Amino acid sequence: MARLNINGKVIDVEVDGSTPLLWVLREQLGLTGTKYSCGTGICGACTVHINGEAVRACTIPVSTLDTAQAIVTIEGLSTDNSHPLQQAWKELDVPQCGYCQSGMIMTAAVLLKKKPNPSDSDIDNAVTNICRCGTFNRVRKGIHLAANINKRGRS
Amino acid sequence: MKKEPINISRRDFLIQSSTLGAGLSLGLYLPLTGCDNKGEQGAAQISAPDVPEVNAWVVIKPDDTVIIRIARSEMGQGTLTGLAQMVAEELECDWSKVTTEYPTPGQNLARDKVWRSFSTGGSQGIRGSHLYVRKAGAVARHMLVQAAAEQWDVPIGECQAANSVITHTPSGRSTTYGKVAVAAAELFPPELVELKDPKDWRLIGKPIKRLDTDDKLNGKQIFGTDLKLPDMLNAAIKACPVFGGKLKSFDDSKVKKMPGVRKVVEVDGYAVAVVADTWWQAKTALDALPISWDEGANANVSTASIEQMLDAGLTSSDKVFVGNEQGNVKNALRGAVKKIEATYRYPFQHHATMEPMNATARWTKDKCEVWCPTQNGEAALEATAKAAGLPITKCDVYKLHLGGGFGRRGAFHDFVEQAVAIAKQMPGTPIKLLWTREEDMAHGHYHPFTKCKLVGGLDKKGNLTGLHVRISGQSILASVRPQWMKNGVDMITFQGFHAEGDHAISYSVPNLLVDHAMRNPPVPPGFWRGVNINQNAIYMECFIDELAHATGKDPLAFRRQLMAEHPKSLAVLNAVAKKAGWGKPAAKGVHRGLAVVKTFGSHVAACAEVSVNSKGKLKIHRIVAATDPGHAVNPQQIEAQVEGSFVFGLSALLYGECTVKGGAVEQSNFHDYPSMLIKEMPKVDVIVMPSGGFWGGIGEPTIAVAAPAVLNAIFAATGKRIRELPLKTSQPQLV
Repeated sequence: MARLNINGKVIDVEVDGSTPLLWVLREQLGLTGTKYSCGTGICGACTVHINGEAVRACTIPVSTLDTAQAIVTIEGLSTDNSHPLQQAWKELDVPQCGYCQSGMIMTAAVLLKKKPNPSDSDIDNAVTNICRCGTFNRVRKGIHLAANINKRGRS
Repeated sequence: MKKEPINISRRDFLIQSSTLGAGLSLGLYLPLTGCDNKGEQGAAQISAPDVPEVNAWVVIKPDDTVIIRIARSEMGQGTLTGLAQMVAEELECDWSKVTTEYPTPGQNLARDKVWRSFSTGGSQGIRGSHLYVRKAGAVARHMLVQAAAEQWDVPIGECQAANSVITHTPSGRSTTYGKVAVAAAELFPPELVELKDPKDWRLIGKPIKRLDTDDKLNGKQIFGTDLKLPDMLNAAIKACPVFGGKLKSFDDSKVKKMPGVRKVVEVDGYAVAVVADTWWQAKTALDALPISWDEGANANVSTASIEQMLDAGLTSSDKVFVGNEQGNVKNALRGAVKKIEATYRYPFQHHATMEPMNATARWTKDKCEVWCPTQNGEAALEATAKAAGLPITKCDVYKLHLGGGFGRRGAFHDFVEQAVAIAKQMPGTPIKLLWTREEDMAHGHYHPFTKCKLVGGLDKKGNLTGLHVRISGQSILASVRPQWMKNGVDMITFQGFHAEGDHAISYSVPNLLVDHAMRNPPVPPGFWRGVNINQNAIYMECFIDELAHATGKDPLAFRRQLMAEHPKSLAVLNAVAKKAGWGKPAAKGVHRGLAVVKTFGSHVAACAEVSVNSKGKLKIHRIVAATDPGHAVNPQQIEAQVEGSFVFGLSALLYGECTVKGGAVEQSNFHDYPSMLIKEMPKVDVIVMPSGGFWGGIGEPTIAVAAPAVLNAIFAATGKRIRELPLKTSQPQLV
């Protein structure tokens, strides 16, 4: 049994405590936007936010979490694709197959929170997600565009 | 404008009519329909549309929504949007009203393959279907206009269609497609339709946004791994890690009582699967399951033993097949003033799709259904029927979105066969089988390991007079499609070296011999994005560079000399050279390298700019890439494919290698089979230069020029020729 704080809601889940957060999200809660790819924390397809940090949900046993950890998944980023990254991704047609894109967007969202105007080297350091289709250059453009959308929103 | 026969037979018409009469009795299935109130995705089935189809490709609803049916699979390459653009171009419909859906392969079979090929590989999605999908749009448009003309009782020639609106020009009356679609569906299709002249295209050639982006931004897109059916159980599987090995035994008493476990089953004699309530429970139990394997005859196969075979093949005359022969190479090399020789090595590669292999199957003695990401729905259906032991007419496959394909999910449906084999042991229960990344790495269909020895002869002026290219290594066709071989020759081995056609060599060499010592190790080979052009382009383009340097000529000038008869390839080469500033100084420490090929019907070239620092560390700064695909359906998607091709090609160059030990692949995950990251990604300048008159592929060609352009630039930077890949086992390494 775990009590989790996911996308602003507290949810009780009947599950073995050793189960990784990724699989609780996907199987117990039906939040399948967070993807399984490597299962070892390398590829970033399962990236979610925990208390504002980008973390790889495949490596976190659910027993280590309680309601003090605010978890946000791709489904909780916005209700209507209105997050600046979602707008930018749409504008630039960033995704190809799309499988890694939830993780890309969630990683980029934390970067933008921490560095509203990230440099290319900030992006290089923060985005370590694997994409086999090869969307990297549009991901980079998308992050810069989202930063601009954010700026416009603030001014 | 030219008239194109449309070849719609009376039989097609009868099938269409009977379908209409039965209210589209076949129904249509879509990968997904929303969620029920428990948050579970319902069966992947939509109800029959409320209106009859205009033809097999086009359904128009009363609200003017246009549903375009797409037979090929979307896996990120943009085919879905490109094909819809081509239908819509001729249909003259309002693009903002266009949606798409997949017919099932079972429906295709029942309707005499009205949607033709479902196969999505070989960069064929657009170029292999452009004619019949454009005709389908034109036929539908004609029927819609005719329906309006009949309602108005005016000659059809007085009516025009644009943007889903039909106008009777003399009277100014107008109606919309949605209002006449039902009447149009009752008409005979025309015998002949006119296709638009390319100069009149308004959708083809435009950088239109993809139709499938929104759901990829918020987690709603359902991939194979995400499917959830009522009462579904989950399976994890382990097959004998040694190729060709069998399952000896397993002790399910150790795991039967673990949480959620329902059943432990043998799969086709070579694998074992655990079925549980959740996949995590299945995987946990499988990890705890004692299994013993019968490793069989391949347990001693290693990279070294395979390499020995390949090395012997480089000079052997046994099992050698000729792919292209011009003139007399022996004489030319004997008479050469200077001979240059080099041997290259390109290792096994793995597809490593981000989404591991998976399929969901439900089997009963009367019916078998499969939901899966596949590049070829028809092949998946055949695999389903075979594994189910049922007639194909009692089976169907519902295609789900692919988390990457790259050739892994086209010719091979081992994951489908396994899912059905498991489901067959639990009749009526849908079983979702998902491979772990480790299982996926262990049971790929690997890009073959080949070596290549090249010998070039130069005359006293430095002209290339003779070239012998000896490829030694595995034939994909011999294992995967023996029926495609001719007199024992696997022509796909020779991609980029063909005398003519889609994969023709881009140089005129008076005396040329390209041959293949077929050496087939017991490692399952497969078509990998780009297939054999990837290493063949490295062999040829790096060796051409070697020859140029041996003659003291500029690599661009040396190539140009050999390309007079290949103007389209020369044009893309010239384009990258010009844009990159070839011949002009680059930034300090930056060096350039070139590569050019014709492959999959397109002409592509690249100029890479790299630097190598004093510690031997490589940085790839920029690549200028040019593509002439004949017709460019969606230039911004071509740009995306070109950029992505560099990620695929450079990942292989930098890191890609599967090694074999004890008859099994040693790599298990992205830690030992890395893929390049954003920090390693160069700037890419894409030139799309369609010259018209032909249809070339897009998804694969550019991969071929990625590695050789960078390797040639590394040589320019260091004077060191790297002939063994990947770079992680050579110097310099990437920063």
